[in-house]
Amino acid sequence: MTLALLIAIPLTGALVSAVGGRSTVVARVIALAASLGTAGVAAVVWRAYASSAEALTYEFTIEGAGSFLRLAADGLSVPLVALTALLGIIAVLASWNVERIGAHMSLLLALEAAVIGVFLAADLILFYVAWEAVLIPMFFLIGGWGHENRRYAAMKFFIYTFAGSALMLVGLVLLVVLGGTGTGMPATPLPIEPASQTLVFWLLAAGFLVKIPVVPLHTWLPDAHVEAPTAGSIMLAGVMLKMGAYGIARISIPYTPDAFAAAAPILAALGVIGIVYGAAMALGQSDLKRLVAYSSVAHMGFVVLGLASGTQLGLQGAMLGMVSHGLVAGLLFFLVGALYERAHTRDIRAFGGLGVTVPRWATIFVVASFASLGLPGLSGFPGEFASIVAGFGRFGFVIAIAGIGIVLAGAYTLRAVRLVVHGEPAATLVDGVEAAALRDLDARELLIAVPLVALIVALGIWPRLVTDIAAATLGALASLAGTVS
Amino acid sequence: MIPLWFVLVAPIAVALVIAGAGRGPVRYTRWLALVGPVAAAWAGAERLADAGRGTGVAAEAASWLVTQAGSIDIGASADPIASIMLVVVGVVASMVVIFSVGYMAEDTSQPRYFALLSAFTAAMTGLVLSTSLVGLFIAWELVGACSYLLIGFWFTRPSAARAAVKAFLVTRVGDVGLLFALALLWRETGTLVTADVLAAVPTLAPATITTAALLLFVGAAGKSAQFPLHIWLPDAMEGPTPVSALIHAATMVAAGVFLLARTWPLFEASETARLVVLVIGTVTALGAATIAVPQTDIKRVLAYSTISQLGFMFAALGAGAWVAAFFHLVTHAAFKSLLFLASGSVIHGSGTQDLREMGGLGRAMPVTAATWAVGVAALAGLPPLAGFFSKDAVLDAVWVHAPVAGAALFIASALTAFYSFRATRLAFSGTFRGAGHPHESPLVMKVPLVVLAVLAATLGAASWWFADLLGGHAGLAIPIAVASTVIAGLSAVAGWSLYKAGPAADDRLAGALGGLWRAAAGAYGIDALVMRGAAATERGAAAASERFDTRLVDGLVRGIAWLARRVGREFNELQSGEGQLYAALVGAGAVLLASLALWLGR
Repeated sequence: MTLALLIAIPLTGALVSAVGGRSTVVARVIALAASLGTAGVAAVVWRAYASSAEALTYEFTIEGAGSFLRLAADGLSVPLVALTALLGIIAVLASWNVERIGAHMSLLLALEAAVIGVFLAADLILFYVAWEAVLIPMFFLIGGWGHENRRYAAMKFFIYTFAGSALMLVGLVLLVVLGGTGTGMPATPLPIEPASQTLVFWLLAAGFLVKIPVVPLHTWLPDAHVEAPTAGSIMLAGVMLKMGAYGIARISIPYTPDAFAAAAPILAALGVIGIVYGAAMALGQSDLKRLVAYSSVAHMGFVVLGLASGTQLGLQGAMLGMVSHGLVAGLLFFLVGALYERAHTRDIRAFGGLGVTVPRWATIFVVASFASLGLPGLSGFPGEFASIVAGFGRFGFVIAIAGIGIVLAGAYTLRAVRLVVHGEPAATLVDGVEAAALRDLDARELLIAVPLVALIVALGIWPRLVTDIAAATLGALASLAGTVS
Repeated sequence: MIPLWFVLVAPIAVALVIAGAGRGPVRYTRWLALVGPVAAAWAGAERLADAGRGTGVAAEAASWLVTQAGSIDIGASADPIASIMLVVVGVVASMVVIFSVGYMAEDTSQPRYFALLSAFTAAMTGLVLSTSLVGLFIAWELVGACSYLLIGFWFTRPSAARAAVKAFLVTRVGDVGLLFALALLWRETGTLVTADVLAAVPTLAPATITTAALLLFVGAAGKSAQFPLHIWLPDAMEGPTPVSALIHAATMVAAGVFLLARTWPLFEASETARLVVLVIGTVTALGAATIAVPQTDIKRVLAYSTISQLGFMFAALGAGAWVAAFFHLVTHAAFKSLLFLASGSVIHGSGTQDLREMGGLGRAMPVTAATWAVGVAALAGLPPLAGFFSKDAVLDAVWVHAPVAGAALFIASALTAFYSFRATRLAFSGTFRGAGHPHESPLVMKVPLVVLAVLAATLGAASWWFADLLGGHAGLAIPIAVASTVIAGLSAVAGWSLYKAGPAADDRLAGALGGLWRAAAGAYGIDALVMRGAAATERGAAAASERFDTRLVDGLVRGIAWLARRVGREFNELQSGEGQLYAALVGAGAVLLASLALWLGR
């Protein structure tokens, strides 16, 4: 029942907010209450799973018509659900002052419900429905609250992911037909017959890899991010990108283990390409948001590399990478959004000396940048480390190419810090905004940023906060991925 | 006995307190930055006293990541070399904190400064105490981050911001090598606990050992500024001078030497790796010494001198004499931090870093001058100062192992003595050539100078104790000692007497040496070359991937989008916008899904 609440609360909030959200205060209260409530339930689920290590399940059955809402939470889903619930609060707080707030909050909560639905689905059809349901609120968030080029970006986002999902749907259908055990997803599904695995694997991968995204299926991402409102970017980078990696771990590895093993070198190559390519692209950006978007491509490259290794360490690395990227990219998008609200520009070259003018913003930006470049002691490092070590263990020195990306990650983040935070404060930004008139982060904004920083530090020092809860599930997955010839 | 966790945690807590308390009480809170260094020095000294009595080393450990295949552990313990490093870090950091109270008195960002010094102490002690390679790597990167933040301390200066980024990135190239050394060792031994990895060395294939050792050395070369990764250290002088003394002379840059000493069995087992270390070390020692000669910025002289001296240490490692290298690390920490702090005092008192604008400071700043003199004599390797003993050990080992490298190091020693006394004469003798009136520094800056001068003068006596504790042979190799003393003495005299003429002597030397002088003054253009190459690669990579993104991939997508729109128009002329198209698709999708669900869920 608690699992159903995780979807029901934000969904109810979305409906109430859509109907009664004309008043700003009401919309804020509803959204905050719903997101806090969801997070509270997520915490309960976390504790329940942590103490029993048995998957939580929920099933809604109608007599004669069968089961409809099959949900389950295990070590793979619990951390991601918690991350979603947390970023849900952050996204609500970050859109405190948007226009048409009722509709905005409604879409945001609907998005949260849908993403949690993906992570909890224990039924292939429900998985697909939730997967597609994520698209709708996101599409309207970008289209309705985005920046100048929003229609183009929304459409591109839609075409890409819809094309991927269409192939994925075929894959899912084949899976059900070939598996012959119905649409339910048992805790450890039986692999389908080896002969069909390759086809099914790649059909599914079409959907998953677009979502992650891997190069060259990534170009929707920077556009979507640049045009999306801050809350949209936070949810997009923070949790939506994880759906693809989750899908690989949840469906591809158990149902098509042979095909996964055969494809592992390709996945690893895609991961390494993403690490280097995303970093190289980020280096060339002058729009801060675009820079963070490309860095997401690089970070998800580490996640893919960890998955591809198929070992428990690598899967832990992928999980750590997902959670860390959720926190770090969420924080960075929030900071960039806050800066844009004040300066009406995101052009790196327009700033300079923000360490003097807005020291609180600058300090947190530097911490987030360090986390983003994978500095040990912050959350980015454990995942990258585990992915690299596991990837090296499986694929050897070819993984060293990722080292280029590691150096470039330092280059693009510190370039941004140098141009934005360091240097003499610019007198005027573009558009004639006085740099001296920039406000530093206020109490609400610190309430968003400081807990994220605290989590980033905590996870960096003690990654087992996440890996311990995921260990058993990931271990079982690793042995599935490893037992095949 | 002070527990090790306190040594690690206290400076972090202090850093938070100093930063949190802010500008108001910083006059008091800045002294808290002494807590970490004093605790470190104390803890190290206690454990060394115990080691003499043969007490075991207690380790504290935890599993950082756990898998079925084994766990990645972190932990702390203080064996003799870690204890020695604790004392080195603690003493130098204490002196630097005290000195900084005077040096940074006028700065408005003191909370940030002292908090970062304290944080650096925590990271550096973590590096030396770590019982696992992953813990070492974590601390290794954290000292790099502190170094970045302190080089860029005066971040409104674009040159400082640039130097900070450069230092971070060049060392990160080395760090990637270290990271893959860890990956390789994990794959081959299934552990990253240092002792277990080293115990497994005899079971490893020779190629694996050599590869792992060379990757470790790449990391060490980055951190310790060895050719060709040395280019970041001269720029790092953009940081406040006490920072240069602590991080870029005594402790962090010596971490590479420490790393090799820590993982010595790998190098012992690989002759190839040792040969590479010997060559790189010797080339760096000699090359940097030649570059130091024509420098006119007092801090750049010291920066190249540091690179050169680190080269001496690596040459000794390459010759198999890790104890000699480690001994030189310790004495160098004393006399080079002294020289940096003295140069800070000089800059503070004379208002310039340019040797050509100094002169006559001996009369104006007697304490600074006297302590500096001790420092340069130690650096030049004149008996009976500390540098004499440790350099003798290095020269002896290298000479015996490889005479060619030994000869190169003798030349480097001669150059060391020459540039040391050149700088000394230019700064302290004659009459003041700059503007204003130079003055001696306050007591709070003089005390650390005197303490370090005493250490630089007397640490040579530790030679016997070192041999006792760590192995290796004690005492002097008399022929080498005599030869090096004669060479260093003559070069010192040459440097001193030649520069009686003041900066004009530079021109005479430049005239005599021609292109060689200019090349050395420009650091042989290596820096410029590497930076140009890096910038071009960076631009090229960014531009190429940008083109790939916007033309190829997006072109493809636009093509599909165009097709989709065409199809959309063809199929449904009634629809006016994408919203409707989308709604229709959703509707169609829903119908499709419903039928699927019915069919599949039969």
